[in-house]
Amino acid sequence: MSGMKDSLAELFGRAPRRPHSDEISAEAHKLHASQKNDPDRIAAIHAELAHAALHKMPQKWRRRRWAVLIAVNLLFVVSYWLDIQLLEGALTGSRFVGFHMADLNSALQVTLAFKHMVLNLVIGTVTVFIMWWLLGGRTFCSWVCPYHLVAEWAEMIHLWLVKKKLVKDHPLDRKARNWSWMIFAVLAIVTGYTVFETISPTGIISRALIYGPGLALVWVFLLLLFEIFYSRRAWCRYLCPIGLTYGLVGATSPFRVRYNLESCFHEGECRKVCEVPHVLDLVIKGRATDLNVSLGADCTRCGRCVETCPTDSLNFKFKGLGDLL
Amino acid sequence: MPKPKPKQKRVVSKRHQQQERRRFLRSAAMTAGVVTVSLLGYIPVVKGWVNRLRPPGALNEERFLASCIKCGQCVQVCPVNAIKLMDLESGFGNGTPYIDARAQACDFSCDGLQCVLACPTGTLTHDLNFPADTRMGIARLANPNKCLAMQGEGFKGQARGADYTGLLRYDEVDRWNPIRVSEHPYDLELCDLCVRQCPIEIRITQCAEVEPVEGKIERVAQKQGNECPPIHAIALEEVDGVMTPVIKEGCVGCGVCEMICPPEPAAIVIDVHPDREERRA
Repeated sequence: MSGMKDSLAELFGRAPRRPHSDEISAEAHKLHASQKNDPDRIAAIHAELAHAALHKMPQKWRRRRWAVLIAVNLLFVVSYWLDIQLLEGALTGSRFVGFHMADLNSALQVTLAFKHMVLNLVIGTVTVFIMWWLLGGRTFCSWVCPYHLVAEWAEMIHLWLVKKKLVKDHPLDRKARNWSWMIFAVLAIVTGYTVFETISPTGIISRALIYGPGLALVWVFLLLLFEIFYSRRAWCRYLCPIGLTYGLVGATSPFRVRYNLESCFHEGECRKVCEVPHVLDLVIKGRATDLNVSLGADCTRCGRCVETCPTDSLNFKFKGLGDLL
Repeated sequence: MPKPKPKQKRVVSKRHQQQERRRFLRSAAMTAGVVTVSLLGYIPVVKGWVNRLRPPGALNEERFLASCIKCGQCVQVCPVNAIKLMDLESGFGNGTPYIDARAQACDFSCDGLQCVLACPTGTLTHDLNFPADTRMGIARLANPNKCLAMQGEGFKGQARGADYTGLLRYDEVDRWNPIRVSEHPYDLELCDLCVRQCPIEIRITQCAEVEPVEGKIERVAQKQGNECPPIHAIALEEVDGVMTPVIKEGCVGCGVCEMICPPEPAAIVIDVHPDREERRA
């Protein structure tokens, strides 16, 4: 399975590669060759574009996702403040109507530091593992993680400043995330402290929402400043070990964004809005190996590309369940 | 199947090479920066600033910090809101639970050690069954010259003043709901608040008094027989002709004595024990 190998390699920071011609299916080959000069197709796409311009709701998925993200985090807050015990705890560890849930990266840190796992933590970890495997792994990032939301707002400011030519984005090496994952894993084992949890913006914001704000938010604020003025979405793209953990969980997930080569016009709108644009390199002319290709493990299933694509060439897909909208 | 790829030497311009190197260095610096910031969290731990009263059943400080997942479920179940979470200035302790006994001690009014039951990681160990089994710390008469009993004084009024928001459960007022200490004024000939309000001592008294009564529902824990604390925690005894609070072996370090002590600063305080597990054993 070269697709899985590439998906994992890209998750670990390798640049997407151009496929060899013998990896590309015959149909895809034909399409790659004909796309340049098929007047009917081009006319059809133009018609679709005109239609889309009139009827598209370009923020559809973003709105839904923000609603889900805010609802999940508010459920923690409301559950505690109204004492309804629906979702107790914080994002690092919780109980949903009494059933244990544990954030996979937090559980990993605790297990490496403590070198022991009590049954409740095993139950919580397995439950959450299965849940996020089904839902796509890094789906956690864009649909639940509260830092993701504030980082999206910071990103809007960043992009505005870039447009005004006041700041410049400094793309960094995605392999940095492997280093940070490894370093924090080793630190947990060697020091016996959950070092990463001290600075995890996900945990910090989640606790701040539920138990009240504190000094730790200053650290989150500094991270956001770094992203606004120096490097776009730096924490999520290049540093966060939680993202890598969930990326691995979702590597074989049935829930993906699927790319359709037939309808694609290669405008590249999707890559402009994507938090992890390398997963969308397969929309570049000549890259898709088949008529339908799923995006790699690093994709957060945020739906920005789905709502942005003018030709509906990107869609959510649950293997075995048909198209999701 | 993909064939072994012919190794193509990419022609890379000098400028591109330089850019790549700069990007690598920036990325390395950024990662190093984040790791360094996180490691600053070691300082408060080494300096012992993190050593505070922890909830019942807490493992030894080192194992406690290793295993706590920082979710605050113990905070949520506490009926008197005794448990708070540490902030970033406590470094690796950030997000871990502690008790500020003077502000609000643990009076075991949940009866069942709810925080222990809520803990998903065993950081508050399930090895203990009853309040008397805990060893959070130990009380110490830190300021004898402040102790009202030792001055032969009584106490009349609200133990900590009218504005004090701390809660305690007074069985004779409401068995199930803790009330504000300020709503429960005292009138004592000789101040014995630290002994009178000690949850362990209250339990021992109750156990001594209770005779199984026909038709009356017994408390679940009582049926098990062993929840009655086997050893006293504190007593007012005559030492050198002066009535003095004397701390006994059975003290669990819950902090109620420190909380209720009227003078400022409190005459009696809790010393934290980082090696709580050994004390329990």
